[in-house]
Amino acid sequence: MTTPPILELRGVSKNFGNTLALHNINLEIANGEFLTLLGPSGCGKTTILRILSGFEAPTRGAVFLNGQEITSSPPELRQVNTVFQSYALFPHMSVWDNVAFGLRMQKRPKVEINQRVAEILRRVHLAEYGDRMPRQLSGGQQQRVAIARAIINNPLVLLLDEPFSALDLKLRKQMQFEIKHLQRQIGITFVFVTHDQEEAFAMSDRVVVMNEGTVIQVGSPQEIYEEPESLFVARFVGEINVLEGDIRAARPGGTYQAEVEGVPFILHSRREFAEGETVKVLLRPEDLKVYLEQEKAQQPPFFLGTINETVYKGATVDILRTLDNGKKLQAAEFFNEDDADITYRPGDRVSVTWVEGWEVVLNAEGE
Amino acid sequence: MERVPSPGASRFREASIAGTWLWLGLFALLPNLVLLLVAFLDRDTVGFFIPSLTLDNFRELFAPVFLGVLWDSIRLALCSTLVCLLAAYPFAYALAKAGPRLRPWLLLLVIIPFWTNSLIRTYALILMIGAQGLVNKCALGLGLIGAPLELMYTDFAVFAGMTYTFLPFMILPLYASIEKLDPGLADAAKDLGAGSLRTFWHSTLPLTLPGVVAGCILVFLPSLGSFYIPEILGGATNMLLGTFIKNQFLVAKNWPLGAASSSVLTLLLVLLAVLYRFTSQRAAGGYNAPLNARRDGE
Repeated sequence: MTTPPILELRGVSKNFGNTLALHNINLEIANGEFLTLLGPSGCGKTTILRILSGFEAPTRGAVFLNGQEITSSPPELRQVNTVFQSYALFPHMSVWDNVAFGLRMQKRPKVEINQRVAEILRRVHLAEYGDRMPRQLSGGQQQRVAIARAIINNPLVLLLDEPFSALDLKLRKQMQFEIKHLQRQIGITFVFVTHDQEEAFAMSDRVVVMNEGTVIQVGSPQEIYEEPESLFVARFVGEINVLEGDIRAARPGGTYQAEVEGVPFILHSRREFAEGETVKVLLRPEDLKVYLEQEKAQQPPFFLGTINETVYKGATVDILRTLDNGKKLQAAEFFNEDDADITYRPGDRVSVTWVEGWEVVLNAEGE
Repeated sequence: MERVPSPGASRFREASIAGTWLWLGLFALLPNLVLLLVAFLDRDTVGFFIPSLTLDNFRELFAPVFLGVLWDSIRLALCSTLVCLLAAYPFAYALAKAGPRLRPWLLLLVIIPFWTNSLIRTYALILMIGAQGLVNKCALGLGLIGAPLELMYTDFAVFAGMTYTFLPFMILPLYASIEKLDPGLADAAKDLGAGSLRTFWHSTLPLTLPGVVAGCILVFLPSLGSFYIPEILGGATNMLLGTFIKNQFLVAKNWPLGAASSSVLTLLLVLLAVLYRFTSQRAAGGYNAPLNARRDGE
């Protein structure tokens, strides 16, 4: 990164009593970036957010905002604002007063406050709702008020703590789109916390995958999904098939002669493996190709197996089947308009292979 | 939407509601109406009153003697309400924020005096502030004072007695409203740039206002009407409203005047109840207000 980071965590650890909530977190967040902290509940992502907002102090380590150390400065003195999970709108104040709160605390002139509140309410499509009380709004509208109330202060960083968890699926998708759009418009750095990988991928420039208080992997959504560095990440960000393999011989150009579930395959990987090493071969359901045995003659290599079950999912069909050696695999196929009548029935014999080079190979200890 | 109750359940519901109404009507509304009626009747030195209508009793309430009594009582009640509020709020706050292990013990500190007969507690206070009381003994022992302070039979003693007796009535409603408070709101206020003081002023206080008002009513009204505390702890010099009313009924045998002054107290209660309803609606963000009616009006 050539420009200095807007936000930086250096060696941050946090203990709650004897529990280690965060362990040595190092993270740099670039100005204007949309960064998501992704992980299962209890992984420490919300603790990071509360350390950034100033509601928790790290046990060890330091936090820098725009080059200034803010490790021990209180929330009200940080140029950081939060959209809370429960919105935390002041129930005794109108929408207008809620949004104006931050500017009033800064003792801005009335004219400026009126102008900026009106502008921000227009931006979140709530221009007509200034007089309403929070209780009179729908969940989506309350969400917009919470966002407006936070961004009106022009924070250097906006923190969002699972802001969509109370919304239904359709509204959540719409708000994801709106927030992403808003972030591009105003150019403020967003740090977003979620346990929903789909949400993380849809919105973020970079995703930080966390587990048990440590950062497991940082990367673009595509890197995280296609190049997981560990089995945890691979499993957390989507369905995955894990196959057992043995490296037989290394070849030039990052390819390996290997045996996967007893069938010889060529594996591609940027990682180094030794001859005879046991590996795990990870394949996304949508990367698998399934053919009925009688359909057409397949170029080896492939696995042979039997269809167990198909699950209709609307846009895709999940196909569960068992390889001849007993291994269970899951594949997802998109409907193909050209041969819409291809259906699999339980008991059908099939051959299975994958698009060469789309596999992820990890060493067997990479759990 | 509403579940249709079975005939039996419906009859039970009607019967229990009717029972409550009957009880309230017989033992609360009716006596008060009789009291109000008596307030408009003439005084009789032999019987209790004679049935001729008059406004004399209310006119007498504007006499300097009664106004003096009223003013002294209100002043004392306001002072003890204020001190109760200032003492109770931090305690109620600590109580609401206390951990699960500490909280029952703190609550017990409030509940025990709350359950103890207040007459006994008032007499107990004599042991504390009397000439040979604990306060004087300690202060003498420490050399803070040369001679025992005369605390008993003063306005201060009455004030201390009221504050001590009615403090739990302030703590409990405050605790209830602080405990309900979403801690996220204080976080939000701080996040938006409010320091601790302004967070309290703009968020915590307005949202716990129903508790403040309820507690103030529960302390102010009994303080205003109390007669045993001033009689036990107070001097003979300053008569208070409670003693005044009691004297009209029991000593001066002037029931109409007692009824009139007592009605004024009841009116005050009604006004304060209206105030309470108003503040709790505001704190709830119009939640208790007829929401649909408001929407229809727009």
